[in-house]
Amino acid sequence: MKSYVLSTASAIAVCAAGAVSADGHAEAEVLHYWTSGGEAKSVAVLQEEFAANGGTWTDMPVAGGGGDAAGTALRARVLSGNAPTAAQIKGPAIQEWFAEGVLADISSVAEANDWANLLPASIAAHMQCDGTWCAAPVNVHRVDWIWANTEILAANGIEMPTTWDEFNAAAETLQASGIIPLAHGGQAWQDATVFETVVLGLGGAEFYQAALVDLDPEALTSDTMIAAFDQMRTMRGYVDPNFSGRDWNLATAMVMNGEAAFQIMGDWAKGEFLAAGKVPGVDFTCASTPGDGYLYNVDSFAMFSVEGDGKAAGQELLAELIMGPTFQEVFNMNKGSIPARTDVDLSGFDECAQISAADMASTNEGGTLMPSYAHGMALFGAQSGAITDVVTAHFNSDMSSEEAVQMLSQAVANSQ
Amino acid sequence: MIRWLQDNMPKIVLAPSFIAVMVFVYGFIAWTAWVSLTRSRLMPRYEFDSLIQYERLADSPRFETAMVNLAIFGTLFIVIAMALGLLLAILLDQKIRTEGAIRTIYLYPMALSMIVTGTAWKWILNPELGIEATVKGWGFANFEFNWLVDPDMAIYTVVLAAVWQSSGFVMALFLAGLRSVDEEIIKAAQVDGIPTWRVYSAIIIPSMAPIFLSAFIVLAHLAIKAFDLVIALTGGGPGYATDLPATYMYAMAFSRGDIGQAASSAMVMMLVVFTIVVPYLYSELRTKND
Repeated sequence: MKSYVLSTASAIAVCAAGAVSADGHAEAEVLHYWTSGGEAKSVAVLQEEFAANGGTWTDMPVAGGGGDAAGTALRARVLSGNAPTAAQIKGPAIQEWFAEGVLADISSVAEANDWANLLPASIAAHMQCDGTWCAAPVNVHRVDWIWANTEILAANGIEMPTTWDEFNAAAETLQASGIIPLAHGGQAWQDATVFETVVLGLGGAEFYQAALVDLDPEALTSDTMIAAFDQMRTMRGYVDPNFSGRDWNLATAMVMNGEAAFQIMGDWAKGEFLAAGKVPGVDFTCASTPGDGYLYNVDSFAMFSVEGDGKAAGQELLAELIMGPTFQEVFNMNKGSIPARTDVDLSGFDECAQISAADMASTNEGGTLMPSYAHGMALFGAQSGAITDVVTAHFNSDMSSEEAVQMLSQAVANSQ
Repeated sequence: MIRWLQDNMPKIVLAPSFIAVMVFVYGFIAWTAWVSLTRSRLMPRYEFDSLIQYERLADSPRFETAMVNLAIFGTLFIVIAMALGLLLAILLDQKIRTEGAIRTIYLYPMALSMIVTGTAWKWILNPELGIEATVKGWGFANFEFNWLVDPDMAIYTVVLAAVWQSSGFVMALFLAGLRSVDEEIIKAAQVDGIPTWRVYSAIIIPSMAPIFLSAFIVLAHLAIKAFDLVIALTGGGPGYATDLPATYMYAMAFSRGDIGQAASSAMVMMLVVFTIVVPYLYSELRTKND
């Protein structure tokens, strides 16, 4: 293992030496929003590796608002003509920035390192702008997870649900024995997270693609979509009355301490379980939400057009390190996600991460690997925001599902 | 030269702040107005594109909720805070012994930021932690007070917290007004045997009209720019049930990368402010010219 790391590091050093240009010094100013404990530790890994390869890293962390504050800082920097060398951007926002004409081309690094074959095709597509490579992926978070308290399930004789009907049946049993079936935080993005897993589960990947990626008006007003809203209404009955405004990690804590049985949340919830000393498979169970498919949320760094050889060298080095197997392994072990490149040895990862990686590979082949709309991977901000508004308005009122789909198609049309 | 300096000194001293205000206030208002007429998304673009953003705004159910909420919140907040402030001021005006201490107590919430007020009330109103849980703990098992998590009632919790925060300040304004009324008139009225409530309703309160106007202007602008209270208290939720135009604007500009929508909603907010401020300025300027 150690020799493997060493050899990789030296291999990277050799490549990096090639990348460093005439003035001999790679530098990078990196704007990111990984500021919480585990995330900061993860990004420090990259920082150290960058320094070990002779680069100078200028850190520009911007905390707050799940990246909103960082986005604002980035806009201000770009508008004033002083873009950072690299910034944490994800999903279609990468192409949106490319359309503004401010992103740099890192195809040379990507092609030299064969990224096209190392990444699942749909994730690789996110990293490309008009045929060139413009961003480097860091990790893959799976969004469509359902987390459960193993003890409660065993005590009530419940198996992990594989269809939404099974989920509803399990929830009724739990409710009868006085346990909150679903731990949920009533914040718009959490409502949207549950909604997209329901759409994927009830409609399948093809329907998900049509409705929430291509925004096909027929799919948006179809019976399947009405059924999805019906399921949301049913699930509204499975959350406790006090769910409004609750943070997701408090909902996770409810599952941990046995107040609630299930939570539907991306794999960052695993970090909460692990931090509390819980063991996967013993204290908590992870499974994909009912139905087939895989919803991914990929963090990535885009490189901006900047002046100076040192900075260009820094971008190449950074891109190379981000996609390097060492970083992908260490970073993702810290963060709870899985590596974006498919050839990393997963033996050090936990059970849930291994399920995630196996499912990513199989859904990639089956064509059911889908971008998460709720986490900004599928649509532009204005479009996904319009959908989320309808989802959260429906979930938090007594609106009928038929009204909801009408509102949905209007909101989507209005957002374009 | 010295003479010229003496003559122009006020202009020279005022020039920097005048220029700053022209650029940073009026210049940026003009910029926002321009952007609201474009199809700007993530970054501002400057190609004129008719009234598309205002049409989108008119079609947006969320902005409609925000405007209705502003009407509910603004009206109730201003009316209740003024009524409560006036009542407290009149009660305090009865020459009671501990007036200084009581005045400070009522004025104190004003010293807190809206974020602190919002967070404190979020806990007080939370059904599992606050009032509902406490009363249930006393044995009233059927007691319900869940406005904070009820989409239809949540906006009233914002009113509640804002009134709590501001009525002490309104009280202080009115108290100053009450003290400025000529003692002689009040004494004369008392000599004539006019009951106290009549003294207040027919003499003192009508003579405080300018104070009412000041209190109204202060409260109205607090209501229109209300943002931090909603963010801390409800986060705009449940759903977007407590969204106000300011939180809508923030969401569009900073979370959704939809600068055109944000700019147009900001312009609508400014128009609302204008409809309140312009009559006020007009009446002020007219009295000066008389």
